[in-house]
Amino acid sequence: MRFAPDPDQNALRDGLRSLLDKRCDPAVVRAAWDPDGGASLRSLWGELAEMGVVGLLVPESDGGSGLDWETAALVLEEAGRAALPLPLLETMGIALPALIGAGDPAGVVAGVLAGEVIVAVSFDGGLAPGATLADAAVVVGDDVTFYGPGEFSVTPAQSVDGSRRLGRITPSAPGTPLGALEPGQLFDLGALGAAAELLGLGAHMLEMTVAYVKGRQQYGVPIGSFQAVKHHLADVLVGLEFARPVVAYAAYSQAQGLPDARRAVSAAKAMAGDATTFAARQCLQCHGAMGYTDEYDLQLWMKRAWALAATYGGAAWHRDRVGTEMGI
Amino acid sequence: MDLTWSEADKAFRAEARSWLQANVPQPALPSGDTAEGFALHLEWEHRLYEDRWSVVSWPERYGGRDASLWQWVIFEEEYYRAGAPQRVTQNGIFLLAPTLFEFGTPEQQDRLLPRMAAAQDLWCQGWSEPGAGSDLAGISSRAAKVDGGWMLNGQKTWTTRGAFCTHLFGLFRSDPEAERHRGLTYLLVPLDAAGVTVRGFGRLDGDEGFAEVFFDDVFVSDEAVLGGVGEGWRVAMATTGSERGLTLRSPGRFTAAVDRLVELYRQHSGHAVPGARDRVVQAWIDAEAYRLFTLGTVTAIAEGHSPGAESSLNKIWWSEMDVRLHEAALELLGGEAELDGPWMRGFEFSLSGPIYAGTNEVQRNIAAERVLGLPRK
Repeated sequence: MRFAPDPDQNALRDGLRSLLDKRCDPAVVRAAWDPDGGASLRSLWGELAEMGVVGLLVPESDGGSGLDWETAALVLEEAGRAALPLPLLETMGIALPALIGAGDPAGVVAGVLAGEVIVAVSFDGGLAPGATLADAAVVVGDDVTFYGPGEFSVTPAQSVDGSRRLGRITPSAPGTPLGALEPGQLFDLGALGAAAELLGLGAHMLEMTVAYVKGRQQYGVPIGSFQAVKHHLADVLVGLEFARPVVAYAAYSQAQGLPDARRAVSAAKAMAGDATTFAARQCLQCHGAMGYTDEYDLQLWMKRAWALAATYGGAAWHRDRVGTEMGI
Repeated sequence: MDLTWSEADKAFRAEARSWLQANVPQPALPSGDTAEGFALHLEWEHRLYEDRWSVVSWPERYGGRDASLWQWVIFEEEYYRAGAPQRVTQNGIFLLAPTLFEFGTPEQQDRLLPRMAAAQDLWCQGWSEPGAGSDLAGISSRAAKVDGGWMLNGQKTWTTRGAFCTHLFGLFRSDPEAERHRGLTYLLVPLDAAGVTVRGFGRLDGDEGFAEVFFDDVFVSDEAVLGGVGEGWRVAMATTGSERGLTLRSPGRFTAAVDRLVELYRQHSGHAVPGARDRVVQAWIDAEAYRLFTLGTVTAIAEGHSPGAESSLNKIWWSEMDVRLHEAALELLGGEAELDGPWMRGFEFSLSGPIYAGTNEVQRNIAAERVLGLPRK
């Protein structure tokens, strides 16, 4: 029995954190809101590919890193912590497993692993994050289909979080069917990945807010010395600390292919979504008017949290599914 | 990450399960917080001890099984799954014993631990006073140095099962000049000593689960000091870690309670209250989160880390989740909820969780100051 990340998982996470600290500061996140901005994001994507993060779930025999969802969840938590404005979850966590599972029928995996092809994913005709950056798309409906460059068009959609680069995918060619993984399995991967990202977003908002309330003075003292503020942030901490093991277990269950994976993923998405939207609200409150500005960075994380809490199933939807899996 | 049990752990679980199946009293015992119920619980404790299940994680020479912390988690899961009785010895074996293992002299350990394991000595906690609750450092009961020992005067209160216990572990002010955390001494007091008066009184549920304990020139010998004169605060804080954290509230207790809640929901699903299913599911997820969090804590302890202020987070979580779980049950029961049955009893008991062992307001201060690093003032 051991319920903690292994040393090499921690090492990869630390490596990614230090890369993102350097290459994905808040200015980069902000710049991603520009619909024409993309060149610097491309080079960041290239570094992630080089590090083996994009191909994390691809077997080594296919040129990937050969790791599993335990590590993917840690990586996506770091992506959330940095508010990485790239569709890493979709390309790494959904599209590549679907492509590999189907035996790479479009012959595109090498290009994706090299960081040359960003793949967006849309479910049931819905909004696709990263669509306006993407070179290719996986469209999930009753079937799963891959569309390469020139085989689809994108209608941009404005998210509350402009760095999401949302769009709707319209196929313009027959595309390549991807059999192996069921649409529902791919959706669950999205839910699991979003849960992990949410944890990172929440952790970062809490860190920002702790630093702020230590420095901000009112009535001649730091506002962080007020019990009301302490209790808000203690509640945020409790919520995140108890969501984290639920996400870690869901990742383990997914990686091991356990029979309770679906229930575990739904519990994780519900917990992480609730904990992080609660964190966003309390952190905004503790910042006072400062947080309610476009110029202050809290909003970048908060809006991403709103988006991710709702996408791939909201908390109530997932609790309903936990109930179904429990047989009630 | 590896969540598979070793063969030894599986065998331990199987042995615990079959023993509990064969021995757990049926029907369930009445509350252990009345004189009659306590006596029945004591028989159960003796039964546990006879087959070495009373203190599984203790060394064998004191009546335990040298079980690992993982096996302790397994035992607790099986214990609550089997619907076994509440542990009326818990304040001794879960709160005092960890302190004795850490601070006791070999003589104290040899003298006290075997009798505690066998439920011959029954320990209650003497910390709170009329004037010192959350602000524990404000205690005023005194220990004055006399020839060969200490003379105790003062009053303790909210002493759980004090009216039924034989011994008390408590904090006393041994240096009247010292303030607050300084000048306190941790003392072990037999309740049959001359000058001790114990008066039981009713808790919220009406059972005589509380007591106040009066000390009028009570003499205890020097051997009654645990962990050094004037060291009481440091010694006592080692116990609060146990009380707030892992040992007193094992996950098995809550996963078993949620199983009963799910069963209750099934029985009432024909006329389910709107929203009830969502609350039942949330209760299940909350208990699962606590179970998984505990697996992380046990992993950390097994690898040599000691839980610090994080135990405050733990206490906030289990105590508030326990209240929500029981509220969900009462809602399902509808008009039957007010009956003085197990769910109402459980609800009343759950309400004590956010209060005892340091109120959750104090825990939130600790979490904010010691985990997040916010300024005290």
